[in-house]
Amino acid sequence: MIVGTSGLVLNEKLLFEHSDAGRKGYSLPALDVPATELPDGLCRQEIAGFPELSEVDVVRHFTRLSTWNYGVDSGFYPLGSCTMKYNPKVNELAARLPGLADVHPATPDHLAQGALEMMFRLQEALAEISGFGAVTLQPAAGAQGELTGMLVVRAWHEARGSKRRKVLIPDTAHGTNPATAALAGFDVVPIASEGVLTLAEVEAHMTDEVAALMVTNPNTLGLFETNIAAICEVVHARGGLVYCDGANLNALLGIARPGDMGIDVMHFNLHKTFATPHGGGGPGSGPVGVSAALAPFLPGPWVIQDGDRYRFAGSSESIGRMLAFHGNFGIMLRAYAYIRSMGAAGLKHATEMAVLNANYVRARLEGGYHLPYATRSLHEVVFSDRDLPNDCHTLDVAKRLIDYGYHPPTIYFPLVVKGSIMIEPTETESQETLDEFCDAMLAIAKEAEMNPDLLHAAPVRTRVRRLDETAAARQPRLRWEGVGEKG
Amino acid sequence: MRYIPHTRDDVAQMLGRIGVGSLEELFVEIPATVRLKRPLQLPAPLAEPELVRDLKALAARNATPENHVSFLGGGAYQHFIPAAVDQLISRSEFYTAYTPYQPEISQGTLQAIFEFQTLICQLTGMDVANASMYDGASACAEAALMAVRLTRRQRVLVSKALNPRWREVVTTYCRYLDLDVVEVGYGADGRTDLDDLAARLDGRVAAVIAGYPNYFGVVEDLAALARLAQGAGAKLVAGVNEGIALGLLKSPGELGADIVAGEGQSFGIPVSFGGPYVGFFAARMKDVRAMPGRLIGETVDRDGKRGFVLTLATREQHIRREKATSNICSNQGLCALTATVFLSLLGKQGLREMAGQNLAKAAYAREQLGRIKGVDLPFAAPGFNEFVVRTARPVKEVLAALEQQGILGGIPLGPDYPELADAFLVCVTEQHRRADIEVLAAALAGGAA
Ligand SMILES: Cc1ncc(COP(=O)(O)O)c(C=O)c1O
Repeated sequence: MIVGTSGLVLNEKLLFEHSDAGRKGYSLPALDVPATELPDGLCRQEIAGFPELSEVDVVRHFTRLSTWNYGVDSGFYPLGSCTMKYNPKVNELAARLPGLADVHPATPDHLAQGALEMMFRLQEALAEISGFGAVTLQPAAGAQGELTGMLVVRAWHEARGSKRRKVLIPDTAHGTNPATAALAGFDVVPIASEGVLTLAEVEAHMTDEVAALMVTNPNTLGLFETNIAAICEVVHARGGLVYCDGANLNALLGIARPGDMGIDVMHFNLHKTFATPHGGGGPGSGPVGVSAALAPFLPGPWVIQDGDRYRFAGSSESIGRMLAFHGNFGIMLRAYAYIRSMGAAGLKHATEMAVLNANYVRARLEGGYHLPYATRSLHEVVFSDRDLPNDCHTLDVAKRLIDYGYHPPTIYFPLVVKGSIMIEPTETESQETLDEFCDAMLAIAKEAEMNPDLLHAAPVRTRVRRLDETAAARQPRLRWEGVGEKG
Repeated sequence: MRYIPHTRDDVAQMLGRIGVGSLEELFVEIPATVRLKRPLQLPAPLAEPELVRDLKALAARNATPENHVSFLGGGAYQHFIPAAVDQLISRSEFYTAYTPYQPEISQGTLQAIFEFQTLICQLTGMDVANASMYDGASACAEAALMAVRLTRRQRVLVSKALNPRWREVVTTYCRYLDLDVVEVGYGADGRTDLDDLAARLDGRVAAVIAGYPNYFGVVEDLAALARLAQGAGAKLVAGVNEGIALGLLKSPGELGADIVAGEGQSFGIPVSFGGPYVGFFAARMKDVRAMPGRLIGETVDRDGKRGFVLTLATREQHIRREKATSNICSNQGLCALTATVFLSLLGKQGLREMAGQNLAKAAYAREQLGRIKGVDLPFAAPGFNEFVVRTARPVKEVLAALEQQGILGGIPLGPDYPELADAFLVCVTEQHRRADIEVLAAALAGGAA
């Protein structure tokens, strides 16, 4: 069955174009104290162009917009590196319980024992899953976790009087890794990989100016860094630390722990591995695990157990806060609910099925698409457009997949594979779904031969067709401008 | 496991297709030396009803406005949230999608963020706003770094009256970038001390950061701050601690701010023990290429139909890597959507009315508390919905006595301001009824203070 079809799609203007003077979509109780005014000169005029809508207008507006989106609940979303697994519904309930959603972050510890105990249990669970000595839950996303980790690396070096300024980053790394290293004040030294990192390449670059190596394991090709233990030894022997981008932890749950491999620091992505929703681009949560030696440098405060009570604590060596409060608590709650639902065996089973699914897709598509690395894949597999004929490229395959009813894989990343197509099915997809998807991929490869126009024209079933991104960047229109006028 | 569809037969068939004999064989690349040789030590799995019971037990051990009258603010505010907000953001086409990399099937998210960017521009009086930052504090830190990029200077002046946790985050972000973060004092009225600022301004200063309103709930003289900062070639960053205030206060843009970094939690997002919230970030169009974060732009498709895309990505990490303006990738998309829905529902009138109620109720509380013997209100400058209360008895005892009566009286200031060890911060919003304010006043008058 081809999933993609077209049906009635409703148009919808911008909020501002709907607005009609005098409409409102809220009600507040009458003011029960004397009204007051701001002193002269402080008060603004009414906000030109700000919307005036009824509740019905607003509800219909956003409901229509939602139908132009594609989420995991709509269908298969094999966006590599992002672990778009199913988001359990009870976790949404967890984050909305009034006793949790309505706790103010400045509540005294003794009146927030439930919130603190949840955070403590989550810290402990993440430490056990990853093999690290301590975990901070504060960072808001993966990239902020990376920054936290790299600032901790820097603080550790400075505490020992070391002024090392270089960080080694393999060519397979995500863009956030070099951007983060720069933000932590390091100079980036790119190093080459051959699918995986070789010990020789690391040895060749590991000087006494190098503060750390940033790796991703399994890496962004979905391959396990088989030399990781020896690499960590070399980096340590020459006075450096090893940072791991934990975006791909879904390949390792219950199988192997980064902390046991010699890695010193790693961030988690709760919005990947631990099933919290991606929200259309966040909020995520990016906790960081570190070895015991680095624990004092973590951003405070973190939660400690003190007898049968829980409280926040910090350290004078801490790098300082990364966020105003304790992190994305609502996301932590969802991840906590997920870990409690899965248990140890469930998490391991998830990893096994994620790896099974990726290898199944690989087996079905091999031959249809070029596979640049023959090494056994873990949770994701990277193909390329090398063998596609008739000027058909990765972008065309992605757009054509949309017509078939799928969210495309990650494309053109990692950069080491030209025209990469990075597929991460995750464990929550059935064989049937994978078969339908692979049938679609293979049909598209055939179309590229027989009828390439289908690829070049795609997508044709969506509300809008390919958009002019060049024009968008050349003449940026970043807000609605038509103050007062109606569309 | 109900989230994993594989039957035993599926697994066997799939392994056969792959050409391996067991699941174990799929992991051959992981050396035995780094394998975990025991099961993870985690609590036994819970069925859904057990999990709900566990969560409710945790929830029962926290103080909330259900069981306490709370005057806590300080960067997180309890405001009314219309029921439609959660209904709309619970559409899973929104919350189970990711970053809109494929615009043809992400127009819902893209148009909503374009609307968010527009609303933030309108509120702040600025030209351009991004798709969101992690929170107000990290937005402020990114604003400092943007000012450093624009001016090529290395010093950041931060008002002591800026939220102290935001100051700390600015310091963390600047830590290893060879930047100095220097504090500017506040005056007797609770506003940033303009003389102290003038004395510290010179050709090394990239940015001046002040709260609007500031941590004491006081409205800064932003125009004067902007004049001083810009006179020395520095950028003024307005750090909006409480977004609802922008319903009434002159916009930072109108007053001359170069960058506005704010917290949008008040726009429909529950306090949720500190997050997730949403940072907003707005600037002048001439500086757009130095901005951090994602930007959505309007364009047309092949048929000339209006649509929206991620744009100006050459600033971002996935293109520029170590030369990017920021490392931010995932931001707070769903919280930005929440704010967009909330602001649409309140609209032009509602935001003003809500802001007006905050102002009036806080003024009423100030007046009631100001009359009590042993209570003093140290800062006279105009404020919004928060104010500083000084008590004759030690703050710890006062707050403990209030707590005995089911009142969370406020946030002690001593830990962040030793000179205000005898004071705490009281926040009053539209959610407080007159009776709640009178309960606080009575408790303080009845001996607590
Ligand atoms: C490998 C890798 N590292 C880091 C990140 C950044 O994570 P986040 O988007 O949560 O900041 C991502 C995801 O986008 C990723 O795929």
